[in-house]
Amino acid sequence: MAARELSYREAINEALRLEMRRDPTVFLMGEDVTGASQSSDPAHLDAWGGVLGVTKGLVHEFGRERVRDTPITESAFVGAGVGAAATGMRPVVELMFIGFLGVCLDQITNQAAKMRYMFGGKAKIPLVIRTMIGAGLSAAAQHSDSMYSTFVHFPGLKVVAPATPADAKGLLAAAIRDDDPVIFCENKMLYDVKGEVPEGEYVIPLGQADVKRAGSDVTIVAISRMVQVALEAAEALAREGISAEVVDPRTLSPLDEDTLLESIRKTGRLVVVDEDNPRCSVATDIASLAATRALDYLNAPVRLVTAPHTPVPFSPALENFYVPKPDRVAEAARSTVKLAAGV
Amino acid sequence: MDIGKDTLLWMYERMRLIRQFEERLHEDFAAGKIPGFVHLYAGEEAVAVGACANLRIDDFITSTHRGHGHCIAKGVAIREMMAEIYGKSDGACKGKGGSMHIADVDKGMLGANGIVGGGPPLACGAGLSAKSRGTDQVTLCFFGDGASNQGTTAEAQNLAGIWKLPIVFICENNRYAETTSTDYSVSGRDIAARARGFGMPSVAVDGQDVFSIYEAVREAVARARRGDGPSFIEAQTYRYFGHFEGDTIKYRTKDEEAYFRGRDCIQRFRDAVLEQGLVTEPGLAEIDARTANIIEDAAIFAQQSPLPEPETTLGDVYVSYPAAQLWPFREPALAGR
Repeated sequence: MAARELSYREAINEALRLEMRRDPTVFLMGEDVTGASQSSDPAHLDAWGGVLGVTKGLVHEFGRERVRDTPITESAFVGAGVGAAATGMRPVVELMFIGFLGVCLDQITNQAAKMRYMFGGKAKIPLVIRTMIGAGLSAAAQHSDSMYSTFVHFPGLKVVAPATPADAKGLLAAAIRDDDPVIFCENKMLYDVKGEVPEGEYVIPLGQADVKRAGSDVTIVAISRMVQVALEAAEALAREGISAEVVDPRTLSPLDEDTLLESIRKTGRLVVVDEDNPRCSVATDIASLAATRALDYLNAPVRLVTAPHTPVPFSPALENFYVPKPDRVAEAARSTVKLAAGV
Repeated sequence: MDIGKDTLLWMYERMRLIRQFEERLHEDFAAGKIPGFVHLYAGEEAVAVGACANLRIDDFITSTHRGHGHCIAKGVAIREMMAEIYGKSDGACKGKGGSMHIADVDKGMLGANGIVGGGPPLACGAGLSAKSRGTDQVTLCFFGDGASNQGTTAEAQNLAGIWKLPIVFICENNRYAETTSTDYSVSGRDIAARARGFGMPSVAVDGQDVFSIYEAVREAVARARRGDGPSFIEAQTYRYFGHFEGDTIKYRTKDEEAYFRGRDCIQRFRDAVLEQGLVTEPGLAEIDARTANIIEDAAIFAQQSPLPEPETTLGDVYVSYPAAQLWPFREPALAGR
């Protein structure tokens, strides 16, 4: 398959475009996904294309009916996505920042997630909620959460957090085609990151982890932007003669337990890198997976490199402290190797 | 009266079915045969029936925790409803939903809802879906006076208004949200007036008069089907039983209850059609006998239906998901790994 360089932002845009071409029931809806919907002035068309420009240009091909601006009423339009999904459409709803979850939690967790179950399997909700995660823009506590762990907790939802442009394209296509509600977490610090992306139809099945770097001494499981951080750490560790394997779950619910366990059993050491808050998180979940299903293979205690149990701070000096860095990851990995060697 | 005889007979049959269904549940709950929370619709039959008499099978409704009447009016199978409320395997939702979550998407019934104000955003989605698919399907959004105070209800009216969605918002104002009267909870006291602020036609009608409801909803449904957007109807009604079964009802007077029982929708229907000679007494008696049989049959069906197998707890969460991850840390001896 031919590939070329695209940014993470462009890869997401391309996946949306291709899926909308492929299936007329797919449509986008959210706050300023195109912008200035009150205006018929061509100069105002596509005023924003999403707050960070991810949906830019789509309105020219698909029109305002399928690239639909909403008022700032998250409960109403997320709920409308659920209702539309239950009645034959495949909505892709943009919840601008994942922290806005608090405004519309009921429609996601009590309606979208539980409908199929409560109805005894007689409904399907093929809904995608695209939402931005991550610190790094000094957007402060309400616009910088990672929070995917919250969604993983709820039965009925699937959760995806791609780390590369290619994964973003392939997983978004899969999420849109999936018949269950999927929370698709886009890390805003990755939008300008470039990478090779296959052209044309490209679908990565949900629930498959990817080994981003093979290694033999320690497994580093990293999520979303933390994959980059882990890869930098692995590079530094390699210079010290420590071979780190970096595994990206890509989908957080369902979790590709087999690939994670295979790597943990091979290396005997586990570090989990997660930008989300640490209590009841994906990181602790993966640690418990190792403890319950791979303890006999572990040569050292599991190490978790996470954000602290605080909101995301505003000042760059504080925010920089908050987000896991390659040196913290490398130090954690080093400690598992030293412990195993009895140093 | 501009209602065909078939529709009149259908209305009477549906109101009788709802009343008898709810009275049966009232007895069976008191006898300890039914688990959980059960919210009965008796007294409000005219609203669901008068409204749904205007619908086609492919139209949609969203409902509430007090949803049995909406289900019966929209045509959900009564045996399966009863079995669901009994928590049995033949229930409409295989025993996974219960009274508060009965649904039949194939019949356009998008679910009762345990969340007050949970339904209006979903109704917007059904309306948007119909509009996007280019059909003239209409969605009725039932909610109560309690939900009229929820932000979701206001948001949904706003969205339906700006997008001209084919929705009829029907507020069943039965005067009490749990124990609390609208006299206390509704600022401005006028629920119908709120909707006018969203730019849609809005009327308050006698919710114990099936003909008034029918006429008001007929006009609103026609408007929605024409593509002229949403409407709002406040149906002023009353529930005969408590908020839920087991409620001792220490918040309203016997006089008030007697007043509303004296305006009973079924009795008023009988009086009206008999006086006008539209239906005969034996015609109504025949329906009474038939509906009584249907309810008795449904109760027997529910009682005889097997309990669900415990392992079915793990089904119907997702369309597709790895089975082992539906209980990741299950004791290995039980998980069969």
